Amino acid sequence: MRYLVLALMWSLAVAGAGNLNAEVTANSKAAGLQQCVEPTEFMRKNHMELLLHQRDQTMYQGIRTTEHSLVECISCHAEKDPEGNFVAINAKDQFCQSCHVTTAVSIDCFQCHATKPEVAGLSGANFSRSLATTMDVAIAGPGCTGRYRP
Amino acid sequence: MKQDPADTSTGKNRRTFFTQAAAGLGLLALAPGVRLIDMAVGGNDGKNDERAVTGAVRWGMFVDTTKCARGCTDCVDACNMEHGLHGFDRPQTDAQWIRKLELRDDQTGRSTSLPMLCQHCENPPCVDVCPTGASFVREDGIVLVDKHICIGCRYCMLACPYKARSFVHEDLTEQRPHSPRGKGTVESCTFCVHRVDKDRTPACVEACTEAGHGALVFGDLNDDGSAVSAKLRALPSTQVRQDLGLNTGVRYYGI
Repeated sequence: MRYLVLALMWSLAVAGAGNLNAEVTANSKAAGLQQCVEPTEFMRKNHMELLLHQRDQTMYQGIRTTEHSLVECISCHAEKDPEGNFVAINAKDQFCQSCHVTTAVSIDCFQCHATKPEVAGLSGANFSRSLATTMDVAIAGPGCTGRYRP
Repeated sequence: MKQDPADTSTGKNRRTFFTQAAAGLGLLALAPGVRLIDMAVGGNDGKNDERAVTGAVRWGMFVDTTKCARGCTDCVDACNMEHGLHGFDRPQTDAQWIRKLELRDDQTGRSTSLPMLCQHCENPPCVDVCPTGASFVREDGIVLVDKHICIGCRYCMLACPYKARSFVHEDLTEQRPHSPRGKGTVESCTFCVHRVDKDRTPACVEACTEAGHGALVFGDLNDDGSAVSAKLRALPSTQVRQDLGLNTGVRYYGI
């Protein structure tokens, strides 16, 4: 019985490994590129190390190179839906999520980190103003701005 | 990065090792607080994306309360937008990185308006009490929370004399890419560190300047030629709760 279970697990693992070749999502920037910032095989095994290293460098030293940053991963790998809007990278079947489901790895990056790239043309002040308008409409709460704590 | 034993045989090789390590790879084990970085890459002049911050700079802010308009919340609004802060209609616990205060002297009736935010102390109580090391002072004086290791105990919130920190009580979505925020962690003003690293000023300062108030001046306290140093030289400024000896990075004029 034990061997049967092991065999079953092995076959699942092999099937899972096969799914890793599912590659990048079709309507992402990454789909049009030859390879990731490092060779694909390297990225599959080591992307988490690169992210961890970059994260601490950015946090403590202010090094904001984009090559190994999570923001850059997302800007390249986020897929656009038919309407042209970005889909969250951790949504079902999207780049991060599809692989991590297969490998049964739970990632908590996206409890805090943005799951979509910031839309071009809406950066800085423009984005802020549009967000403000959205927030006023969506939240309309006094808690949003201008609270005084005398 | 492993150190080859052969490299340790002479002082010259040791220096070479450290220089190379600081130049690109091995900083993680050293940072923060180690000045090898300074030696290897020099000052922060023309800070670019690849260069680590150094202690040559200390970022600070000058608040001219005589120019701070009563009832104006441009700085607060700009902060909320920049970092995607929004409330859940729970004023007691909603995130708040900068807030406006109205002070009134009961004896004279004089009232003052000022923004209160993280004071980016040189000796921050929040860092003293943090049990995990999540609260830290960056080399250039900016006090931050490493949310990767914050356990949300909120000791720092109790320790801060300025009530500058907030705790995220709710699941969040739609964070902005440059400002990760999440439930269960403490957060506060970052001096818009993502902007500062790109040679820009914090959002609140930009908004105040754009609105024509000019009550907030941001810059390098260590640089005699900076606008903030000029202001501090010209006008008498105070630190809030100066008696605590925290050496705050935010200084107020007119209070």
